[in-house]
Formats: sequence, C-alpha cells, structure tokens
Amino acid sequence: MPKLFSGAEIVFKCLEDQKVKHIFGYPGGAVLPIYDELKNHPTIKHILVRHEQGAGHAAEGYARSTGKPGVVLVTSGPGATNVVTALTDAYMDSVPLVCISGQVPTHLIGTDAFQECDTTGITRPCTKHNWLVKDINDLPRIMHEAFEVATTGRPGPVLVDIPKDIQFAKAKYFKPKKEKKLNGKVLNKFNQKEIDELVDLMKKASKPVFYTGGGVINSGPKASELLRELVALTRFPITSTLQGLGAYPGDDNQFLGMLGMHGTYEANNAMHDCDLLINIGARFDDRITGKIDEFSPKSKKVHIDIDPSSINKIVKVDLAIVGDVIDVIKSTTKTLKKKNLNLEKSNKQKISKWWQQIQKWRTKQSLNFINSDKIIKPQHAVQRLYELTKNQDTYITTEVGQHQMWAAQHYKFNKPNRWMTSGGLGTMGYGLPAAIGVQVAHPKKLVVDIAGEASILMTMQEISTAVQYNLPVKIFILNNQYMGMVRQWQELLHEKNYSESYSEALPDFVKLAEAYGCVGIRAEHPDELDEKIEEMINTDKPVIFDCHVDQAENCYPMIPSGKPHNQMLLGPKDQEANKITGKGKSLV
Amino acid sequence: MVKSKSAYSTSSKLGKIDTHIIVVWVDNEASVLSRVVGLFSGRGYNIESLAVAEVDQKNNLSRITIVTTGTPQVIEQIVLQLKKLVPVHKVGNFKRDDKNVIFKEMALLKFVANPSKIKKILNACKKYNPVILDQTNKSIVIQITALRREIDKVTKNLKPFGLVSASRTGAVAMTRGAEIFN
Repeated sequence: MPKLFSGAEIVFKCLEDQKVKHIFGYPGGAVLPIYDELKNHPTIKHILVRHEQGAGHAAEGYARSTGKPGVVLVTSGPGATNVVTALTDAYMDSVPLVCISGQVPTHLIGTDAFQECDTTGITRPCTKHNWLVKDINDLPRIMHEAFEVATTGRPGPVLVDIPKDIQFAKAKYFKPKKEKKLNGKVLNKFNQKEIDELVDLMKKASKPVFYTGGGVINSGPKASELLRELVALTRFPITSTLQGLGAYPGDDNQFLGMLGMHGTYEANNAMHDCDLLINIGARFDDRITGKIDEFSPKSKKVHIDIDPSSINKIVKVDLAIVGDVIDVIKSTTKTLKKKNLNLEKSNKQKISKWWQQIQKWRTKQSLNFINSDKIIKPQHAVQRLYELTKNQDTYITTEVGQHQMWAAQHYKFNKPNRWMTSGGLGTMGYGLPAAIGVQVAHPKKLVVDIAGEASILMTMQEISTAVQYNLPVKIFILNNQYMGMVRQWQELLHEKNYSESYSEALPDFVKLAEAYGCVGIRAEHPDELDEKIEEMINTDKPVIFDCHVDQAENCYPMIPSGKPHNQMLLGPKDQEANKITGKGKSLV
Repeated sequence: MVKSKSAYSTSSKLGKIDTHIIVVWVDNEASVLSRVVGLFSGRGYNIESLAVAEVDQKNNLSRITIVTTGTPQVIEQIVLQLKKLVPVHKVGNFKRDDKNVIFKEMALLKFVANPSKIKKILNACKKYNPVILDQTNKSIVIQITALRREIDKVTKNLKPFGLVSASRTGAVAMTRGAEIFN
C-alpha cells in the first residue's frame, strides 16, 4: 500500500520535484492548509508580499531574470482577483508563472461563500491554461502539467485553483513523467528547406535588418550567444524591441538601438527602407509597427517564432519559420557557413552602401537632448546611472511611462535577463515588486528599479517586503511630479489640457523611506547627481532615490500615431533646426 | 485629414469576409466550451452558430462545429489560436461553399393547423427530409434537415400556415467521400 499524502503535501512535493526554491505569496483562509505545510519543506523559501499583485510581479521578475518559472501562492476571492493584473502582464509578455490559489471547499462552490469567486472563470483569458482541482487524485498530474504548460512553447502564466477540502484530502503522489507528452503544443516544426530559403534571401539582400524580440531572451542565454554569432557572421544591422534588449550588446556598432514608437531614428528608418526584414522572436506589436499599411513597404519579411499564431497575425510575411529561436539560429548559422565560407567579407561589401545610409541616419543623434546645468534632465540621470553601474552586473526593472522609455533608450544592456519591464500590458507598479523578485534570485547583484513617482505609489507597500528580507533593491525615481507620458500626450494631442495628470500631494520620499526602515536619498541638482548615485550604489539596504527632474521634458524621438516609421518626430534640437513649431505638432 | 488624437493607429482596410465552418475536437472536460467560446468573444471573432456534443465516449472527445465569418487573416488566426488551447486536439477549417463538405442543420417545427393546412405544410417541407415526430388533429411537429438558408426560407414561408415554434441546431459538417480529416 503506497503512502498517502494530503493535498497540501502533494503541492509541496510537486514544487520540490520541479526544483522550486522560492514562492511569493500571501496567506488567507482558503490556503491555510498549504501554509501549514510550509514549515516541513526547508528547501522552499516563502517571500511574504504586501499585496497579491506584488507577489505576481515579483514572481515575474524572478522568472525573467532566471529563466525559471515564478511561483505564486494566494488565497481565494480577493487573493485571486488581486493577482489578475500580474497574470495578465505575464500573459502579454510571455513570462512563465505558476499561480496556486486557494478556493472555498468544493461543496460550497457556487453558493457565494465567504471569499469565493470564480477564479478559473476570471483568469481564463489571462492564463495559458488553468485548472480547478475537483478530485485529489488529479492533483499530482495537474501540478506537473501546470509547470509543463507554463514553461514549454511560448511561455506564460497558468493557475491551479485548489479547494480547501482538496488540500486536506489524501491521495498517492506521482513524480513528473520524464518523457513528457506535449499535446502538440511544443512546435519545432521548421525544416531545412525553410532555412535554405532564409539563407537564400539573406544572400540576395542588399538592405537587410534583424528585428529581434523577447523570444530570443525566452529561448535562453544560449540564444543570445548564437544571435551574436549570426549577426557578426552576416554583418547585418540589428534592432531590438523593448523586450529584446540585452540579447545583443547595446553598445555594439552593429546595433541600431531600440525600434518603435520611441525607438531611434536609424532603427525605424532601417525598418522602413530595408529590403529584407528578419524578425526573430518578436510579434509586430502596434508600438513597433506604427501604421500597418505603410510598415516596411519594400521588404521581404521573415518571421521566426515558436508560436504559430504569431505568424501573419498582424503583418503578412513571406517566410515563416516556426520553432525555438536557439534551434532556428543554429541551423541558419550552420547553413550559412556551409554555403559560403567567405561570408563576412563578401557581405561587408554587398551591404556597405546600406551601412553608409545608416551612418547618415545616425548623425541625427535622435536620442540627444538639451542638457542643463541647473536642473536634472531625466535622460541625463539615466545616462549617469548607466555610467556608474556598467562596471558591475546590474539588473534593471522599470515601471511604465516616460522613465521606462528613457531607461530603454539610454541604459545599454549587454546580457540577456538583465532587463525586466512591463511591455505588453504596460503595468504601472510593476518595477518595485519585480525588482524584489530579481533580488531574491540574485541576492549579491545590484538591482535598480528605474521608476516614476506616480507608478511607484501603485505598489509602494512592497518596500516593506524588501526591508523584511534584507533585499537591497534601489528605487531610482525620476520625479517630475507628473504622470509624464500622460502629460506628454496631453501636451502634444490635447491642447495642453493637463487633465488629472499632475501628482498632487506627493509624499516626502526620503521620509517615507525612513518610515519603512530603509534609506532615502534626494538629488535636486545636476552637480550632486553622481555623488548621490554612488551613495545609493554603496548602500547595502533598500534605497528610495528621489531624483527631481525637469517637469516639462518630453520623450523623443517618437512616431506620431498613425504614421509610418520614416515620419518620426525628433527632439527639441532638431525641431528648432527644422522650424517645426505649432504646425509640426499637428503631425502628431 | 482629421488630426488623430489616438495613441493607436487607425484601422486599415478590411479584406473580403467569408463564411467558414470550424470543427474542433476537444477533451470533453469542465469549462472546455467556455474556453473555446471565450476565445471568440475575447478576440472579437464572430459566432453565427454552434453545435457541440460528445462523439467519442471512450476517449472522452467532443466535437464542436462553429460557423463563423471573417477575413482570411482572421480565419487563420481563429484556427491557430484554437490549436493553442490545451484541451484542443485538432481543428478543421472549411469554407462554406466547399463542395467536398456536407453541412446540415436540423430544425423541429411545431404547427397548429387544420388537416388541410398540414398537408400543404408537409408538401412544402418535402425537399428537406421531413419526419413527423408528433401529430394530433390540430397540430404537428416536423423534423427537417437542411442548409441554414433553406430552413430560414421554410420557416418564413410557413409562418402563415400556423408555425408557432421553431427549434434549431447549429450546423454540423462532414467531408464527402472516403477521406478522413486529420
């Protein structure tokens, strides 16, 4: 007679077999049996957050910085509804999460019991899959399947809803099966013919560009290495989406910077004028493409993606290769080398004109801004932060808004998994809990959340979590007292009617830091910025850095809505030079 | 041109809209139908009719037949998105005017009418495999199987003949010949 285990024990046995080291959660009535079992499993450390949304984002930060799934444990009802934002965020940005939620006992389901909600119903559209465990005997299978679904193919969040009586009930436990049945959801369906076709297109192209995205990061650090080899081999220029930053070194000469709405002039123009566009692990998001009808009109388009439903969803492509980025790049490089041994040299000549054109675009220096010696410019603050932290292995998270775009533009990433930001959903309040998750996974590394003062207030309570677990995260707030991106759009599109975008009654962030038991630092003048940043880096405690920046600064360059890539709105220097005044703004 | 105030691009030209029949083989488990239907509503796809029932008790499989409309791009997305759902085994996609596929809908029609009218009613239904399921001296319940537009026409034409209630299924589909869809 095999040993019987309670549902709560089975949950932990599964977590152990899935090699889970940390879970982020918050207890409550419907998960108490699981919390009761926690003490018997010393290899699993629980991080108590202050709000379930924080648990979700922390698990996202953990997952994105390690490549392993993040695990969340919440109670029924409000516990589950609070985590919905984080699940949706993870779904949009393809982050593997396993969320375990408590549920009222099975006999009370459907009776509007205390803290009951239809968790699987609510989370159905924001998870890859979810399960309501109605029979204890299904629990081991479902738990293992949950990890499998979350981490295979295009990663994403899953949820397992476990009623309280199931947590008490007993059943046999099964280890995960070695040879997993994948239900046809893992797709490495490409063949050599497609790779040959790609190589053929690469050979013919005279104005090629790589456009890479988060799929390269999700494919693992090896994918970034292979990408670097492929780019070096072909000599092609490369641009990256917001989520793809770090897959290719940000300071390399072949890198054109980020593309899209706030991407560089050279990256967007290269996308528009290219004759071959190779998308690796990106999804033609609307922040990237601008107006679809005029998106990269002259190019042959290749799309490499693990998710077949990403192909032709937004942009019709000429060649689709469905597969894991690692395997596709490997085959491509191998084929390239086999067919042409002198590739680097021959390509250099063939696309030299293209590079000349790109150099011309580069002279625009589209990320430039007019610096000041009286007031801290936010871009300058990010640049200084980069210069003062680039000598160590730094992890950056962000909130959402202008500061996020400035961070993406001015912080140069050299390694994958070092950049955690909410791109698809655009969740304000993501950065602080994400930073906590990153710091949990990498206790010795420097973790900085580049934040805005409005975003940070959305999940401010998590600083308490950071203090409790001695997680020395650095909250670098670019404080302009506005919801900056909202203010920018209102300035450019809504006749400067700054409706509700001013942050009235802001807290004193230094005193707030002290109240939480961490360190507060304020910088108000450009002269003191470096010294204060150094002080922040050298503080072995959580720090809230209140950086007062220019309130009126806008994020440029930018593609106005409904415009193609080659009609960018450049920064103030260029606007002055071209005398784009009131009329230019109507372009937006 | 009107100045756009949106952070989003304006919609571009739509392609030609076709009617397709999507057939989905799924595990017959709790909430599987809501996963499929939720995918359609969540992504703004259209459902014209829906038919679902278990077809394989041993393997616990259900077959869902959905009639939908959309541009070729949308139809392709529907198929690919459906294939991503965990309980979905396979997805078939047929154009409604595909000659190799049979589409049928069933309707139960109840008439309250005198015998002479009932005779005319049966006559009108002759083409659509009528089966009399119940008959009294002042009423009749008839089952017919036909295409959607045919049933539309019959019900419209027979309104004056005492049609008091019509119950209809969604379309079901089957390929012709010996071939099996994989």
